[in-house]
Amino acid sequence: MSITMSEQTINAPASQARATQNEPRLAIKNLDFYYGANQALKSISLDLPDCKVTGMIGPSGCGKSTLLRVLNRMYDLYPGQRAEGEVLMDGYNILDKGTDINALRARIGMVFQKPTPFPMSIADNIRFGVKLHERLSKADMDQRVEWALTKAALWDEVKDRLNTSAIGLSGGQQQRLCIARTIATRPEVILLDEPTSALDPISTLKVEELIDELKRDFTIAIITHNMQQAARCADQVAFFYLGEMVEVGTATQIFTAPRQKRTQDYVTGRFG
Amino acid sequence: MNVTHSGTASGFPLRDQGVALRLSRRRRAVSRLIEALCVLATLAGLFLLGSILFTLVSNGIGGMNWTVFTRITAPSGDGGGLLNAIVGTIIQAGLGTLLGTPVGLLVGTYLSEYGRDSKLGEAVRFVSDILLSAPSILIGLFVYRLMVEPAGGYSGWAGVVALAVIVVPIVVRTTEDMLRLVPISLREAAVALGAPRWKAITQICYRAARDGIVTGILLAIARVAGETAPLLFTSLGNLNWSLDMTQPMSSLPVTIYSYASSPFDDWVQLAWVGALLITAGVLALNILARVVLRKRS
Repeated sequence: MSITMSEQTINAPASQARATQNEPRLAIKNLDFYYGANQALKSISLDLPDCKVTGMIGPSGCGKSTLLRVLNRMYDLYPGQRAEGEVLMDGYNILDKGTDINALRARIGMVFQKPTPFPMSIADNIRFGVKLHERLSKADMDQRVEWALTKAALWDEVKDRLNTSAIGLSGGQQQRLCIARTIATRPEVILLDEPTSALDPISTLKVEELIDELKRDFTIAIITHNMQQAARCADQVAFFYLGEMVEVGTATQIFTAPRQKRTQDYVTGRFG
Repeated sequence: MNVTHSGTASGFPLRDQGVALRLSRRRRAVSRLIEALCVLATLAGLFLLGSILFTLVSNGIGGMNWTVFTRITAPSGDGGGLLNAIVGTIIQAGLGTLLGTPVGLLVGTYLSEYGRDSKLGEAVRFVSDILLSAPSILIGLFVYRLMVEPAGGYSGWAGVVALAVIVVPIVVRTTEDMLRLVPISLREAAVALGAPRWKAITQICYRAARDGIVTGILLAIARVAGETAPLLFTSLGNLNWSLDMTQPMSSLPVTIYSYASSPFDDWVQLAWVGALLITAGVLALNILARVVLRKRS
């Protein structure tokens, strides 16, 4: 896959631009974010390691979602929101004006808190994203649909009704469809904004197993309010509070030996 | 009233049961009153609608026969039909809708998706709403000055343009309203996959809002199919058979208008038939659209 992000990197496929395997997939450096005059993120620096799950925790309003929406430039939709600092992907600052945002979003996919199935068939939901970036033969497209749905652990449940409306699926199935839709475009990074908060425990379990499976191929960032989920899914955990990143470490370290008092208070449930 | 704050061990204020009962009775009485008024208003509306339809059918059905559809308008006593008026209305309302709908769709899309809070958007919305409630005879006069006078004569095209001007604000309003009902999250989901904004709008938002937008277009068709005033100044009407759009053109509403006030019984009868035809046509179109929409989703 050689979706390019701007004219400068047009001949440098993602794999070549990656200097070493140890280089983070995304490197956030001194990131500030503003909603108009309101500063929502203060000097955030965080690396998302390749093929690892980064959990983001913190009380509501601490800036986790804002950070996630910076990473795929979602904030561009809204005038008055702006980011300063750097988010480096293959050494290129994706916050730069010249970034091809649509190509960027093909490389950094996002799944939202509430399932957002498009009002079309299950297969068309998957095809929509793929068709934006690739021209596939019918056979290849069918294969891609099956691959994505299989990866998202949904294939067995929907393979006999691919052409029926996605609106008829259950909430958990809809969310897995949204994940399938995102991975069908074969991004390098997947951003998950509380993907299980609207789901029942069984669907949640399925999505968590899925995250574990996906990190073999994808770099993942997941926001969650559920400490157990963060502990189960994440390789590294970052704790946010009032627009600042208080602490980042391995999941074990954050939950058993936090360095900061605010982290300890939060993970032990004393506030938040 | 006798509320004590200190009487309970837990410290909760006690409730006066008498007051609670009175309030609850009052609440139920008001609820029943409002419910009765709603039912009454509904019945009144339904009665009016029903009696209009009944009058229409009972007066119109008697004159319904093949000559209505096979013969053109003729002098009283010659057994004329409404063929030229029917065809004229189909052509003018059809072309007017075809002309006005794309404009209305694009303007509605602009208002909902691009100019939602902009100064221009507010101005356009305001003007469109005024146009929506403008007397249709004004629109007829406007097109008369714009097209009929310069061209030196009435024409089918002028009628089409006048009807299109009526279609535009109806489609603008419903398109904007229906697109606004599409949740932001659906747009973000499309954009997050790397879809440019126009694709998110045309492929996701339009689809989500499709039923409402189609309903708006149907409303517009129903409205222009029955418009008389704007056609009086533009396509005028034509007693002969003519499909030439540069010449005056017949239409059902204008024919109804002139026949209904005539002293001839056969013409008055044809006016009733024409009115019934418009109503039945609009109804059939609505049913057809519902069936097609339901099948597709």
